[in-house]
Amino acid sequence: MKREAIIENIKVRSGKDLVEFTDKSKNRFYFTINKKILPQIARYLFNEEKARFSTASGVDTRKAVEILYHFSVDDIGLYISLRVILEKPNLEVDSLLGLFKCAEWIEMEIHEMLGVNFKGHENLKHLLLKDDWPEGNYPLRRDM
Amino acid sequence: MAHKIIPIGPYHPLQDEPEFFKLHVDGETVVDIDIEIGYNHRLIEKIAESKSFDQVTFLVERICGICSTSHPFAYVNAIDDLLGVKSPERALYIRTVIGELERVHSHLLWLGLAGHFLGYNTVWMWAWRYREPVLDIFEKVAGNRQNYAMMKPGGVRRDMFEEDFPWIKKTLKDLIPKVDMFKGAVMDDPVIHARTEGVGVLTKEDVRQYCVVGPTARASGVGIDIRKDDPYAAYDKVEWKVITQEGGDVYSKAVVRILELYESINIILQCLDKMPKGPIDSGIKDIPPGEGIGRHEAPRGEVVHYIMADGGNSPARHKIRAPSYMNVASNKKAVIGESISDATIILAAVDPCYCCTERMAVVDYKTGKKLMDGQDLVRLSQEKTRKIAEKRIRS
Repeated sequence: MKREAIIENIKVRSGKDLVEFTDKSKNRFYFTINKKILPQIARYLFNEEKARFSTASGVDTRKAVEILYHFSVDDIGLYISLRVILEKPNLEVDSLLGLFKCAEWIEMEIHEMLGVNFKGHENLKHLLLKDDWPEGNYPLRRDM
Repeated sequence: MAHKIIPIGPYHPLQDEPEFFKLHVDGETVVDIDIEIGYNHRLIEKIAESKSFDQVTFLVERICGICSTSHPFAYVNAIDDLLGVKSPERALYIRTVIGELERVHSHLLWLGLAGHFLGYNTVWMWAWRYREPVLDIFEKVAGNRQNYAMMKPGGVRRDMFEEDFPWIKKTLKDLIPKVDMFKGAVMDDPVIHARTEGVGVLTKEDVRQYCVVGPTARASGVGIDIRKDDPYAAYDKVEWKVITQEGGDVYSKAVVRILELYESINIILQCLDKMPKGPIDSGIKDIPPGEGIGRHEAPRGEVVHYIMADGGNSPARHKIRAPSYMNVASNKKAVIGESISDATIILAAVDPCYCCTERMAVVDYKTGKKLMDGQDLVRLSQEKTRKIAEKRIRS
């Protein structure tokens, strides 16, 4: 029941900003949403449904960079991925650091690997790459 | 001002997980900690895009030397999820056996190191001695004591033989009295209690904020375990329970790991009894376009693999998240406000690899001067245990 309630809640809260919903399997749901409602939906999952932020995956699809925010609702084994599509060259999205501390490293990583700017993240220095890594080189971009 | 930091101790790219912890101290108290990672970054996610789906299994096996099957396990789960099919029953049981054997040897390894940091070198030697038979089982089953190469998309790479089962069972059953001994050594020793209870506490709220996983979360009373929550392989076909403790301190983390040893042995014994006969490989030919997410509860917590396929021979994107990525960040919370002599065991309590602690340095809060290195810290920690023990003898 909780499973259906969560899907319904995300759909209602997203409204017109829900681009696509895919239920890949019983435990894997993907929601593609507009980036402006990302903090709102993430807040709902983290605070109201007590979901755990698992990680985020950045994917370069040539025309855009997609970020999938993975949340785990552990008591029912559900794994929800919120996908935001950032059209090039405007690679910017709100930081989720204010919501949970564990967003710090992964946002730094996506920033240095794919060149996405996280608005509100004060400390976007290098996490994995060396400090003098040449600027504008993003290892996980398709053109690298 | 940006400043350069020189790593301390033997620094070698072959070692696992080199991290740099810089402790800022005021007198005896830790007031801040800088964590730097990335010293051994190999960008395996990018390399995976140039390997075939079969080769990626071997590639991700080399991410971690200690839990070498955790990443392949999560990876094959991701492929299963992408295809929407389950691998053959027998393969699922074999995967479970390998995954749990790894947990047993990894927890024993940690137990030994924790003993060493606290000054109990006998515990260190014993734990590693009793870890050897587990590696012998791996050698018998896979031919290798590390990097077993057992996982394969759609199944397992090699079968287990029924004639080996009695010996494997006996070896594991012989391990149980040894675990009893460790349990007694930790739970009944007043000095260990004095050193670890109430030290480096992570509250439930901290666990939520830092999204900590595995034994580190379970020691704070948060009963998350992917094997139970989102069952895969044969974990829903055997009887076992999730171990939790309420303390959130170093002591609770040790107790969780010791009690998990019993559960893992229990799971393996049941799997060997119940293992069905049949094929071990479903013979996957092509990977269609799509996405798959695989998870596995590694000895240190949840491993996540995300695969995006575009119909080609190799992944279009392969995202990997290891449990220490979440756990190590929580050190920021656990270690601040504690004394320097407790820092070693607190940082080690999330179970990173040994070289992590070799890379610590103590810096004076006011002058910014380096006071101690990793070896000094281990010595300091061992001395504190000795003093507590001597005090008890005298009183």
